[in-house]
Amino acid sequence: MISNVLHIDLSNKRFWIEERSDLFKEWLGGIGAGIRLLHEDCPKNIDPLSPENPIIFCIGPFNGIYPLASKTVAVFKSPLTKNLGESHAGGRCGVAMRMAGYGGIVIKGASEKPIYLVINEDGVKFRDASALWGMNSSSTVGRIIREREAGAGVRAIMRIGRAGEKLIPYACVITETFRHFGRLGLGAVFGSKKLKAILIHGRSSIRLSDPRLYRNTYDEIFNAVIKSGAMKKYHDIGTSLNVLPLNISSSLPSRNLQAAKFEGAELLSGENLAEKFLGRRAACAHCPVSCIHIAALRIPYENEPYFYKTKMIAYDYEPIYSLGCMLGIRNPEGFLKLVDIVDELGLDAISTGVILAWATECMERGIIETKDADNLVLKWGDYETYIKAIKKIVNLENEFYEALANGVEHASSLYGGREFALAYGGNEMPGYHCGLATHIGFAVGMRHSHLDNAGYDLDQKINAEKKFISIEEIAKALFEEESWRQILSSLVVCFFSRKVYTPEMISRCFSAMGIKVEPSELKIKGMKILKEKYKFKIREGFSFDNVRIPKRVLEIPTPQGLLREEDIRRGISEYKKLIEAEL
Amino acid sequence: MAKRIAVVDVDLCVGCQSCMFACNRRFGEAGIARTAIFVQSAGGFERGFIVKVCRACKDPPCAKVCPTKAIMERVGGGVRLDYKKCIACGNCILSCPIGAIFWDEIIKKPTVCTYCGYCVNYCPYGVIRLEELK
Repeated sequence: MISNVLHIDLSNKRFWIEERSDLFKEWLGGIGAGIRLLHEDCPKNIDPLSPENPIIFCIGPFNGIYPLASKTVAVFKSPLTKNLGESHAGGRCGVAMRMAGYGGIVIKGASEKPIYLVINEDGVKFRDASALWGMNSSSTVGRIIREREAGAGVRAIMRIGRAGEKLIPYACVITETFRHFGRLGLGAVFGSKKLKAILIHGRSSIRLSDPRLYRNTYDEIFNAVIKSGAMKKYHDIGTSLNVLPLNISSSLPSRNLQAAKFEGAELLSGENLAEKFLGRRAACAHCPVSCIHIAALRIPYENEPYFYKTKMIAYDYEPIYSLGCMLGIRNPEGFLKLVDIVDELGLDAISTGVILAWATECMERGIIETKDADNLVLKWGDYETYIKAIKKIVNLENEFYEALANGVEHASSLYGGREFALAYGGNEMPGYHCGLATHIGFAVGMRHSHLDNAGYDLDQKINAEKKFISIEEIAKALFEEESWRQILSSLVVCFFSRKVYTPEMISRCFSAMGIKVEPSELKIKGMKILKEKYKFKIREGFSFDNVRIPKRVLEIPTPQGLLREEDIRRGISEYKKLIEAEL
Repeated sequence: MAKRIAVVDVDLCVGCQSCMFACNRRFGEAGIARTAIFVQSAGGFERGFIVKVCRACKDPPCAKVCPTKAIMERVGGGVRLDYKKCIACGNCILSCPIGAIFWDEIIKKPTVCTYCGYCVNYCPYGVIRLEELK
């Protein structure tokens, strides 16, 4: 069982290891352990960009042991929402942490000079990163560290781009070039600590109490995944398989949700991108699915005939929504170039797209003028101008770009256009307009993310079966789903494997490790973890009663027709009753 | 007949490392510290992957540099490693030009493929296969 927590004090360049089997026993790991550590280590009401804000990485008991347990959970106070920050990433960090022997890593303080960390079984090395600070390309930073450090094949390299250095509150942390701790601004927290990158590597072998049961259980999971339709779906086309069905059902927000259909959907579809651009697939460590789709974009040099560079750019559904459909981009090359600049600078793709979409609509309506935007004319589909605007955001070029750099909630509080500023709880809205459960889900989810409780998934089922389900039932389903997802994010297994990791399967996995966990107790534990998150949200000033529902959401029909604010509000208050009820 | 693990088409590899974990599971253990097959990127994920595993060569350099004859040539190609004779000098690791002999972190001795084919069962993309040596 994992039990070690590595503490790193950046101010004094010290580290120590704490044995915390209590934590992992009670709270499993991942988000369960992470949220407890956040309660312990994050003082009340601190500035998220102050040295006191801890960066917490946690993995769970299954990482490195069972397949598809390939994720790492980051917990921190979000500079974007000034509340709970939680972000998950795949790549190799989950397995690397486990192989280096750590269940959790807690980073506090701040360095005076830029640094990067090298973490392995022996602890932490503090390396000067002054020469890496200010680099335009986050992938170059990865390349340099890769050349310089050990652990090829068994390491993760997390890093920030210039957006993180500039403390943009929706800056992300990139790991293994193509995966992200995307949402809620972990990159800015790195930047505030002058922490440019973290390399983690290790090799270990873990004895299990029942090797035969272990091998059998492993095979059962592996085979179930390989044979499942989900595996094929995520491997062949990837998450971008969702573009066409969402478009057909009028659930795909486009042009700042002025419509829920996009005429360029075909061009940005996973099918078209795979056919025209797919250059490679890659997998997270210990996951055979390999859902990572990387496009090869051949770009000619302007002034040199017959000379090209080929950029490898990973795409997924969410960036297609935010940097494609929301900005009216119909040109796949243009879309890929937008993804590329966002990645190189280290911004969250969803937030960036939603903010630019809002800005474009503001310009259309004359709320913002060309001179505010440093003479850029933001127009749907004009990716070249959007690329310029993204650079200006990261450079904090003027008052307007500084406003954009602080998120759509903030920008719309200064300039107006609030009714079409698409954010919930201060976090820019994900790409689903499937119905009532979707939007209740965004409003109540502890991260205001579509992955919190998958309301969009519930809506899709409701819409397909054309059945009626009451608001009380929706709230209950979202609460139960969000509770259960706390277990998955504590183990930490990928949500793609949620149909395989049933309570009974999880219990069997634990048995092979010599740990007795009843399937029934998992459900309760999930709720307990969710409540711990809610407690933190409340502590930091969140209230369900004040969640802003963007008017735009009510103006554009979903497959269930127009939504009514009072229905969303009722859903929120039903959910509130459930989460506030005694266990 | 002697068998070996053949890398059929390295461009099919997605870098999931399931083969590495499988090799380690031969001992009933989770992890990668004892694996005799290794997958790493060819300089970043964007460049694809490298699969390192003993290709059972006919005149193996590792056997030539072993001072205790712990590594012995196998009939038909490849080698067998006798841990009782191995003094963990690491000569074999240095001698293999393809880097297919690894260090077992648990027993602190080298490890090399035993051509059992267990890993092959966990490669869903046909990158590796167990084949008869010609």
